[in-house]
Amino acid sequence: MRKELRFSGFGGQGVILMGHIFGKAAVFDGKNVTLTQSYGPEARGGACSVDIIVSDKDIHYPEVRKPDILISMSQPALKTYLPSLAEDGILFIDTSLVEYTVMENKGIPATELAEEVAGTRIVSNIIMLGYFTAATGLVTEESMKKAISKLVPKGTVEKNLEAFQVGFDKGKK
Amino acid sequence: MKYDFQKVKKVLGKEKQFIHGDTALCYGALLAGCNFYGGYPITPASEVFEMMSKFMPKLGGVCIQMEDEIASIASIIGASWAGAKAFTATSGPGFSLMQENFGYACMTETPVVIANVQRSGPSTGQPTLGAQGDMMQVRYGSHGDFEIIALAPNTIQETMEFTIKAFNLAEEYRAPVFIMADGDLGHMREMITIPDKLELFDRKKPKVPPEEYVPFGPGQYGKKKVPEFGVFGTGYHTYVTGLTHNEQGFPATDDQEEHDLLVRRLCEKITDDREKLTDIEERNMEDADVALVSYGMASRSALGALNMARKQGDNVGYFRLKNIWPFPEKAIEELSEKVDKIVVIEMNTGQIYHKVKEFADCEVRLASKIGGEPHSPKEILEEVE
Repeated sequence: MRKELRFSGFGGQGVILMGHIFGKAAVFDGKNVTLTQSYGPEARGGACSVDIIVSDKDIHYPEVRKPDILISMSQPALKTYLPSLAEDGILFIDTSLVEYTVMENKGIPATELAEEVAGTRIVSNIIMLGYFTAATGLVTEESMKKAISKLVPKGTVEKNLEAFQVGFDKGKK
Repeated sequence: MKYDFQKVKKVLGKEKQFIHGDTALCYGALLAGCNFYGGYPITPASEVFEMMSKFMPKLGGVCIQMEDEIASIASIIGASWAGAKAFTATSGPGFSLMQENFGYACMTETPVVIANVQRSGPSTGQPTLGAQGDMMQVRYGSHGDFEIIALAPNTIQETMEFTIKAFNLAEEYRAPVFIMADGDLGHMREMITIPDKLELFDRKKPKVPPEEYVPFGPGQYGKKKVPEFGVFGTGYHTYVTGLTHNEQGFPATDDQEEHDLLVRRLCEKITDDREKLTDIEERNMEDADVALVSYGMASRSALGALNMARKQGDNVGYFRLKNIWPFPEKAIEELSEKVDKIVVIEMNTGQIYHKVKEFADCEVRLASKIGGEPHSPKEILEEVE
């Protein structure tokens, strides 16, 4: 098994954290993981992406060429990265911020749900992760929850786990 | 602070961790006994500083933000003279600012470790992206004749291990030692395993009474060309200057012989051990007609290319330089006798390529890539054809 993933959005959405959480969870599952990140010079608002390779074997070339899974949390990110998606790749979008109907995709209004559930859009990334976890089964739910507990700021673990569950339940449907 | 390996391990946490290259630089340094970090934040090396500021207080060491990179390198040279194992990390523009004091560290034979998490230049270039454009600068950037040691890791585990090695080499040779990482490695996350035990090398201290101590004379009980180090405050008064100095450390600026003696010793203490310092990783070299010579992040692309070429049935081999400086002259010479062609893979417009050409007696091609993205394996294979 070898999968290439690209999570994308704008700086401030926690895109790199998404990658970090997923990567750590995959490590808990006993996989080899390489994560590379790219971001612009802006603290917030610039384009931002994180590339992850998960494999049962050693990973040599660490760059993602044709992601099997693309998550787009913003319209510009979709525009930039959609051409890179593998032919039979799966696209996830945050439908609160991304309008796209051309090809089949898995959409979840992550930002709206975040405001509903937590009263803040800051957890939209975790909702997306929950949705993605349930929909792909690439990592176990337990490992994701463990990784979230370790990586989100202290005092926000519960809120984030709640957000994860909301996304996860939607993804199972 | 007294170095305690178990305590460092405890502070760093779990044995297996999913961390990025910058954190690995910090871990390696702390494991090697680093107790002084003087730095100035710069992308993509800032996280080294961030991690140092997190861990250093827990270990009783010093982590200080200086006003710029010139002061950062000056601070670690000073700290080293006070007996510290001192470290700084920077990138392109900061590395340029440090050049003068690299020479000062060479001239005063001060053990210091510098990590360059390379980004694209010239000037501010591409701050968040990786490159290998400083490979010649690290060797020749400061003025005058000198030699340094530079290591180029290609995994996160190796980044940590090479940092430990860099400290040992700095102490052993009394010279600045560089870890030439890059922005991609600095921000890439992989699994690491923190070692169970370590072999550390501490600089040799004088055993003679202070009045008999010759601070820049021949080594008494270690390497002949590396004098013992009289740490400040231990009674061994040393006059430390960047001027040409005699064995006592006093300026001898108009003495041709003293200068010749000093500078040749500074160079030879490293070049005498060129072969000992040579460190090569080979894969599929037994039947190879073409060798992919690479180092650092570019070698990960080379591995991708190697796998592709072998699948196609091409006799391609992988030859990775782990130590770039002093340059592994003999290894390249011998390599060129075995293969028909060498392809040098670099994320610059051709630097180590010229060094390889100098010593290789076969066709040498360059697979160059700049702009912040590593080569795709395909781009490398184009040069193999």
